[in-house]
Amino acid sequence: MSQAPTPAAAPAKRPAGRGGRNLELSDELKAYKGVWVFIEHDRGHVHSVSWELIGEARKLADTLGCPVSAILLGGPDEPLEKFAAEAFTFGADKAYIMKDPVLKGYRNEPFTKGMTDLVNKYQPEIFLLGATSMGRDLAGSVATTLLTGLTADCTELKIDPTSKALAATRPTFGGSLYCTIMTLAYRPQMATVRPRVMLMPRADASRTGEITYDTLGMIETDIVTKMLDFIADANSNKINLPYADVIVSGGKGLKNPENFKLVFELARVLGGEVGSTRPCVQAGWVEADRQVGQTGKTVRPKLYIAAGISGAIQHRVGCEAADVIVAINTDVNAPIFEFAHYGIVGNAMQVLPALTQAFAAHLALRSRQVA
Amino acid sequence: MHIVVCIKQVPDSAQIRVHPVTNTIMRQGVPAIVNPYDLFSLEEALRLKDKFGGKVTMLCMGPPQAEEALRKCISFGADDAVLVTDRAFAGADTLATSYALTAGVRQIAKEQAVDIVFTGKQTIDGDTAQVGPGIAKRMGLQLLTYVSRIVEVDLEKRSITVERRAEGGVQVLKTSLPCLITMLENTNEMRFANLPAMIHAAAYPVRKWSKEDAGIEDLSKIGLKGSPTVVSKVFGPTPRSEKVEMLDLESSSLRDVSLNLIQKIFTRHPTLESDLLMKEMT
Ligand SMILES: Cc1cc2nc3c(=O)[nH]c(=O)nc-3n(C[C@H](O)[C@H](O)[C@H](O)COP(=O)(O)OP(=O)(O)OC[C@H]3O[C@@H](n4cnc5c(N)ncnc54)[C@H](O)[C@@H]3O)c2cc1C
Repeated sequence: MSQAPTPAAAPAKRPAGRGGRNLELSDELKAYKGVWVFIEHDRGHVHSVSWELIGEARKLADTLGCPVSAILLGGPDEPLEKFAAEAFTFGADKAYIMKDPVLKGYRNEPFTKGMTDLVNKYQPEIFLLGATSMGRDLAGSVATTLLTGLTADCTELKIDPTSKALAATRPTFGGSLYCTIMTLAYRPQMATVRPRVMLMPRADASRTGEITYDTLGMIETDIVTKMLDFIADANSNKINLPYADVIVSGGKGLKNPENFKLVFELARVLGGEVGSTRPCVQAGWVEADRQVGQTGKTVRPKLYIAAGISGAIQHRVGCEAADVIVAINTDVNAPIFEFAHYGIVGNAMQVLPALTQAFAAHLALRSRQVA
Repeated sequence: MHIVVCIKQVPDSAQIRVHPVTNTIMRQGVPAIVNPYDLFSLEEALRLKDKFGGKVTMLCMGPPQAEEALRKCISFGADDAVLVTDRAFAGADTLATSYALTAGVRQIAKEQAVDIVFTGKQTIDGDTAQVGPGIAKRMGLQLLTYVSRIVEVDLEKRSITVERRAEGGVQVLKTSLPCLITMLENTNEMRFANLPAMIHAAAYPVRKWSKEDAGIEDLSKIGLKGSPTVVSKVFGPTPRSEKVEMLDLESSSLRDVSLNLIQKIFTRHPTLESDLLMKEMT
């Protein structure tokens, strides 16, 4: 029953209020002000989704006329001040820092306690987190502890002009529908957003802000779960689809895993990454990290080439933010042609090599001209 | 060992169609299935039972027909099933759902103490990944989400070690029982149900609990009332106003079509070409 709406008839115009629910914000909760962003970092790096969220938070805060705050929890030897300074350049006004040895490396218990304490103390109106494995784990725990609303995997965040509440839009039913969700009578209003759904804001090096420090008040022996080890993914096969500029994706239309080499070749010529669809991942043709879509990665490349991909809605939601989409499909009626910019009706096994050759020749020629 | 696995019955979203005019889900004829992510958790629970003995109890909050989903789980090897079903649960968001399921787990634990609660990583209709963490917090259980492998369980010391998928790597975490686990997808494969198991499941008396049976008295915490989030609008994806430009392979050669496409791409996205050239040179 979770957040999936169950529309029996046409979407109701009335903004809930069903069953005499109290949808008015209590006076006590009216004091909640400001937009918070959880800054996710691990082993010295901030996850870019946090900066994307700062950019989004800035827009919300400007509409509401309130500040944006970056929230940083971590160990004493972690460069949280440096991260805060970076958050300021992306649009944050304040940073709340909590440093404690038990906050080094993410664990649910101390982070939930730290976050919940900060929210209770400073009372933000809106609280945004990345829909990553860390962000989702934390958001669900914090929202339940605070007994407030949380909207997952939003694709659009706006302020509702009448209620001034956060109107969070998210795909539902595997992307076949969208729904806009509001948390009217509870604070903070929490939402998670997947990486690359929002645009990366521009940094302004002249921006600065104010840092506030808080303490956690928990010691290691208070914490039940221990981290024994962290096994980092081998860097050699790191697939970074969400941040690739060019993605060449192959689908079931490639017929067999061997034909995927045609996709890899075009991607190599373009200096891009290889993406794919769920059935190909399930068949073991490519690694799971290459799946684009609702249950895979959201991507935002400049160029997305889809070969032998039908363009099912679950795939579409992951790639439609690409600047240019090219589709190669034998079936002129394939749904991919409903959202591609350029389409070629043809056999991918013939079109891909031709494209690879043409791109290689073109780029070689141009680089000679430029040099 | 007593394990509770929470599942949800969902419409098979691959087969869902949206009514073009009213923008509503057309459920007729769409099969209802066990949320696929839940099966990875169920299989892991069954493996623990194979190893340590004990019992796997299924729990679901949902309409009466969700009984079918629980029966399916019985056919895979779960021992018992409870459906918490009551009109008062309708309209529950994740917070209210976690409350109802927590009540169910507590009630089940009165019959026999629970060592591990499993939920799916997320559902395929709601996709929120919030119910598992919600139950863990409400019950004060240690939370282990996105678990890729259960490394070790020590029933004597009441400890469990797991590998958990994080961004950029795997955390090896050790915690104490009882705990709540959500399994990552594709970490195992659900076993087959054999014919006797299916026959047993078909006749299995799934227990149906009303809100009172589940020990819920406070109506303000369940269903629509207990849900802080409000769905204010439902709509279909906006069709793109721009139409696709088709490049014809019938009247021109593959090579010409390719060159033509490249020109069009770079004209449409002027910085892309220089980006690619820069990349080539570095
Ligand atoms: C809960 C849920 C979540 C999902 N999540 C995702 C997700 O994240 N990502 C995802 O991709 N899918 C997802 N799916 C699956 C999705 O619904 C589709 O099944 C899938 O995207 C289809 O993959 P495909 O296009 O590769 O294969 P198909 O649907 O089999 O399409 C193959 C296409 O190739 C074309 N073709 C055949 N031969 C050739 C040829 N020689 N040259 C060129 N074209 C050819 C065909 O005309 C066809 O259009 C999900 C489904 C569910 C139920």
